[in-house]
Amino acid sequence: MALLKDEVQNEVKERFKKLSGSLRLVNFTQKLECHHCEDTRRLTEEIASLSPKISAKVYNFAIDKEKAQQYKIDKIPAIVVEAEKDYGIRFFGIPGGYEFNSLISSIIDVSRGAADLSPESKDKISKITKPLHIQVFVTLTCPYCPAAVQMAHKLALESEYITSDMIESAEFPHLTNKYQVMGVPKIVINEKFGFEGALPESAFLDEIMKASK
Amino acid sequence: MELDFVLSKEEKGPAGKTELIYDLAIIGGGPAGMTAAVYAARKKLKTLLISKDLGGQVLWTTEVENYMGYQYIQGRQLMDKFKEQVRQFPIDQEIGEEVQKLSKDEKFFAILTRTGKKFRAKAVIIASGKRSRPLNVPGEKRLIGRGVSYCSICDAPFFEGKEVAVIGGGNSAFEAALDLVKIASRIYLIDIASSWRADSILVEQIEKEKKKVTFFPAHRIKEIEGKDKLQGMTIESSNRKETKHLSVQGVFIEIGLVPNSEFARSLVKLNQIGEIVVDCSNHTSIPGLFAAGDVSSVPEKQIIIAAGEGAKATLIAHQYLMRLK
Ligand SMILES: Cc1cc2nc3c(=O)[nH]c(=O)nc-3n(C[C@H](O)[C@H](O)[C@H](O)COP(=O)(O)OP(=O)(O)OC[C@H]3O[C@@H](n4cnc5c(N)ncnc54)[C@H](O)[C@@H]3O)c2cc1C
Repeated sequence: MALLKDEVQNEVKERFKKLSGSLRLVNFTQKLECHHCEDTRRLTEEIASLSPKISAKVYNFAIDKEKAQQYKIDKIPAIVVEAEKDYGIRFFGIPGGYEFNSLISSIIDVSRGAADLSPESKDKISKITKPLHIQVFVTLTCPYCPAAVQMAHKLALESEYITSDMIESAEFPHLTNKYQVMGVPKIVINEKFGFEGALPESAFLDEIMKASK
Repeated sequence: MELDFVLSKEEKGPAGKTELIYDLAIIGGGPAGMTAAVYAARKKLKTLLISKDLGGQVLWTTEVENYMGYQYIQGRQLMDKFKEQVRQFPIDQEIGEEVQKLSKDEKFFAILTRTGKKFRAKAVIIASGKRSRPLNVPGEKRLIGRGVSYCSICDAPFFEGKEVAVIGGGNSAFEAALDLVKIASRIYLIDIASSWRADSILVEQIEKEKKKVTFFPAHRIKEIEGKDKLQGMTIESSNRKETKHLSVQGVFIEIGLVPNSEFARSLVKLNQIGEIVVDCSNHTSIPGLFAAGDVSSVPEKQIIIAAGEGAKATLIAHQYLMRLK
């Protein structure tokens, strides 16, 4: 049986009519020892089947080590959303529940090759010249989390210095421990700085700019 | 928990135009604001809808069993239906924007957003609803996201096998306790009042979990402790005779709501609890300014009431605008 219900599939297909450029979902998985690996692989393949513009590639994390290194994948399940270029957009853990919105939104943005950020934001982002790694911790039942994930992914799309990960908290308890995540969304920048809560575009960017200094 | 895949309805309408003078600006996109927007579009008013999100408090509600037409519907599904209906109309929208200040010059209302956008309108409906009330005790603010939470459906998973406290004695506190019973190792349910205000159905459900739940009625919170991680809390009996330390790692605060009326405070009359005072035609103390739903002084706060008030506010605002011409 399909993971995605018929009505969800239809709605996704409808949205995918707007896809402009083709894109690729790269999934890293493994048969054992990973709670949602199997589901994440199926999700990747089901999504790809909903538009001729999307292809899916599945790698085995344990075997395809070179590929994992190339994409800087250090944990699974993982999905990379990329076009000709890898923008640094990653989903670690399954993008289910509310986060399904984030996955679909990233696919649409990557297909277009541009994020719909305001001109002022784009201007600020163009001044970033140091690598920034944004990790957004979520739970799948958090209504405000997709806003934070989508914002971080848009920044990654816009700047070649920014990479952005969604991290599904339940899948990676060692990370929620490490960063002391006890509420979501929690945003961690370059391992050090962090803030909680979904912020509007300009405020979110201000936090990121602080960290880039 | 069962894995599902939620695809919310798309929210993007045309963006707001700063050069335009709108007939009607609606602040807030919960049940009241979205209903007001649909009525405004059908009256062909030049309308702007500004809101931090579409759906409001209903997004936090798992189950709704008292909105007519649906015996049972999930909160976000109901809000998707609302959004779909809003989307039928070309209403200008600024979603993700927070209104910081509402003011009025001789002729028009001016709306300033947190990101510095300015919009103008001849009439305004405030439908900005309510948000969680903080306890205002030492340690609370510092520990938000570090053990202190106002959203049990979001943050409950972080407290697996841990001891937590739920503060409050109404429905939302009992619902939070029910969310947590499956996850936490022990729950302390603490409320200032000596009897519970929650519906008896909920109280009965929690009483079945006696092994895991300890009740502290008639207690108040003195302090929430911990430097950058919650480490415990001190409570005190309301007669101040006894204090007790609880070594909890999570505190879920469910003590009711406060109105989102700060941005209009200097303009319009509020009641003691900060709600915008309205008459039965949604008029506020300022001509051309209307309020609807949870942010207003209307008695009873429910989705169906907020939606009805939103509709009424637009119809009355429409009459007002006709008279202006
Ligand atoms: C946990 C819970 C369970 C509930 N269960 C039920 C139920 O089963 N049945 C029922 O009928 N009712 C229920 N309610 C009550 C119901 O949700 C509210 O009465 C209803 O949502 C009020 O609608 P509203 O549009 O007035 O305000 P809200 O739903 O609060 O919406 C206000 C909107 O305004 C936005 N906003 C706020 N401030 C600003 C600002 N400064 N600038 C821009 N936008 C702003 C918010 O983001 C939000 O979108 C429940 C409430 C809660 C919290």
